[in-house]
Amino acid sequence: MPLLKDGKVAEDVWAPVEDGAELPASGPVLVSLARFKTEHGSLLAGNHSVGVKLANSDDPAEIAAWLDRISLVVLDFPKYTDGRALSQSQLLRRRHGYKGEIRATGQVLRDQLRLMIRSGFDAMVIDEADAEAIYDISAHEFSEFYQSAADTSDTIFVKRQRARQSKAAE
Amino acid sequence: MYRYDEFDETLVRERAKQFRGQVERRLKGELKEEHFKPLRLQNGVYLQLHAYMLRVAIPYGQLNAKKMRQLAMIADVYDKGYAHFTTRQNVQYNWIKLADMPDVLDVLADVEMHAIQTSGNCIRNVTSDHLAGANLDEIEDPRPWCEIIRQWSTFHPEFSSLPRKFKIAVTAGETDRAAVRVHDIGLHMKKNADGKVGFEFIVGGGLGRTPFVGPTVREWVAKEDLLSYLEANMRVYNRHGRRDNKYKARIKILVSELGLEEYKRQVEEEFAAQNTWEKVVLPQEEIDRITAYFAPPKFETLPAVSAAFEAFKSASREQARWAKNNLRPHRTPGYTSVHIALKQQGEAPGDATSDQMRAMADIGERYGLDDIRVAHEQDVVLAHVRLDDVPAVYAALKAAGLHASNAGLGSDIIACPGLDYCNLSNARSISVANEIQAVFADPEFEDDVGTLHVNVSGCINACGHHHVGHIGILGVDKKGEEFYQVLFGGRADEKATIAAIQGPGLKHEEVAPAIRRVIDTYLSLRRDGGEKFIDTMSRVGQAPFKEALYAAA
Repeated sequence: MPLLKDGKVAEDVWAPVEDGAELPASGPVLVSLARFKTEHGSLLAGNHSVGVKLANSDDPAEIAAWLDRISLVVLDFPKYTDGRALSQSQLLRRRHGYKGEIRATGQVLRDQLRLMIRSGFDAMVIDEADAEAIYDISAHEFSEFYQSAADTSDTIFVKRQRARQSKAAE
Repeated sequence: MYRYDEFDETLVRERAKQFRGQVERRLKGELKEEHFKPLRLQNGVYLQLHAYMLRVAIPYGQLNAKKMRQLAMIADVYDKGYAHFTTRQNVQYNWIKLADMPDVLDVLADVEMHAIQTSGNCIRNVTSDHLAGANLDEIEDPRPWCEIIRQWSTFHPEFSSLPRKFKIAVTAGETDRAAVRVHDIGLHMKKNADGKVGFEFIVGGGLGRTPFVGPTVREWVAKEDLLSYLEANMRVYNRHGRRDNKYKARIKILVSELGLEEYKRQVEEEFAAQNTWEKVVLPQEEIDRITAYFAPPKFETLPAVSAAFEAFKSASREQARWAKNNLRPHRTPGYTSVHIALKQQGEAPGDATSDQMRAMADIGERYGLDDIRVAHEQDVVLAHVRLDDVPAVYAALKAAGLHASNAGLGSDIIACPGLDYCNLSNARSISVANEIQAVFADPEFEDDVGTLHVNVSGCINACGHHHVGHIGILGVDKKGEEFYQVLFGGRADEKATIAAIQGPGLKHEEVAPAIRRVIDTYLSLRRDGGEKFIDTMSRVGQAPFKEALYAAA
């Protein structure tokens, strides 16, 4: 399945490492929250970029202290109807100031891409042959939003306020 | 009423276009029903017993003549000439073809309407007091805050795949006409000790299989904190609400399983942790802009007593009765609010034909300052009518067959569509409601009985709100046969109470005679001076009523 990064198909360079399995000599490694919690000292000191995969019941606050040294957080949609990862992503970006990659895995459907992007995801693994084209449509179906979220789009409320201010300035 | 600006308009148009694409993919077979289902559901499209159903949002029940006429047009062109007004102040069409749905969304957008989030596991249409801005007892008009909540919740990126549907209601009256204690979140506008208006947060009420009267999570939340505090509640629910069992997924179960104190602690912790940039604070200019749309209309200075209205009442008993039952006091002298009861004997509660909808549009435009509302009792309300115009309004309603004089009485029954339409239902609702209506066919008898709320649901999902009826009726299926359980003592107002099941179910034909015996018991027990059914029941207890219910068996 293609991996999209900022809307473009990208190579997945991350090696998932099972709990208890030996780390590869070098290269980016993706570990579970449990492993990260017990081994973060050695993981972050080593020769690797470190990514953490959270279950959607995990609390992002558990990795908050190390987020400036984590390069990837993988969040899961076990079912497309389960929106817990959207809250996790918002928390990572807006509460904890995480700047690295947030990747969606699991049942990622095209009609949910916009919500994911707005909630802070910049990568997703999606089961679509023409993933870039589909991303392009889904990401741009809407040009207006009421809520401020983890992306940088101006909200309708901001645009209205700006219009009022420029009118007042005239 | 609120008018869309370019941004609201763009969003609704883009939504219509998006849904057109989704329907095309479904019709071409590119999208499986399994994956189309959550998409259509977020747009109010259900697959019912016989056809697709479309639920159109009427934010806080507010309409005008132009919108009502468009709804009538949709009924004519795309449905079978009628529509159904719902307990959530929305309107439903039962016979629209899937291929026509995108066109319907376009014509809705033409009049600033949509079907966004009228179903699915998201924040649904926000409901309110149908007498807002007209009643005698409200602290301020709740509708600007409903509109603010509507905008904030529309396509909320974080709260679009919740554990279950989520319903918010707002009221600002001393009397709660919006049933806020039986919503996922009920907001009751109140003053704090300093006299500032804010919101009491009531969380985790609801009906359905497990009814709860919602507890108060915070006595008072400042207006500037409203949306941030809502987000804190929603996030706790989205993260921790149960997803393993859809019947335990509503927020009421989370609140009850955590316990009120622990739920409160989690919400307060989340609220306190919000960074300044996470707070949802609208500029005062924006609040003022939205509020201005709900400014009181220009009322004329009129005497409190209208000679024309007094003459109207004296002219016939029929007219006097309608005036007594269907008019509500208005805060402005010389005005009244008119309840149009969509509860003619023998009709499906809440149904109106396209001709009747156009008649309501005409009457509302001509005599009601173009303000037309849907009430959660499945009725339509003209909030601002001059007493001088009541005779003309009545004549026009009568010509359209809309003059049922039973608002708030025994035959003004709330009922779900039941087995006649709904694929969840276990039993018919409309026919049993019609038979109970017939108990009250004699106007003198019905008036004598007075205020009485009878609510009928065809299954335990409780769309007919049987838990909060003074008398509730619940249809159940026993080995292929319809039975009806009877509940007593529910209410949805500020004294919200969940009704109690009395015992074994009755057969369809046994229900109406049993209700008649219950009513006769009330008449024999009530105190002089017009003690209401519900008050007599709470004074003497339910036992004598239960005895009457089963007296024939």
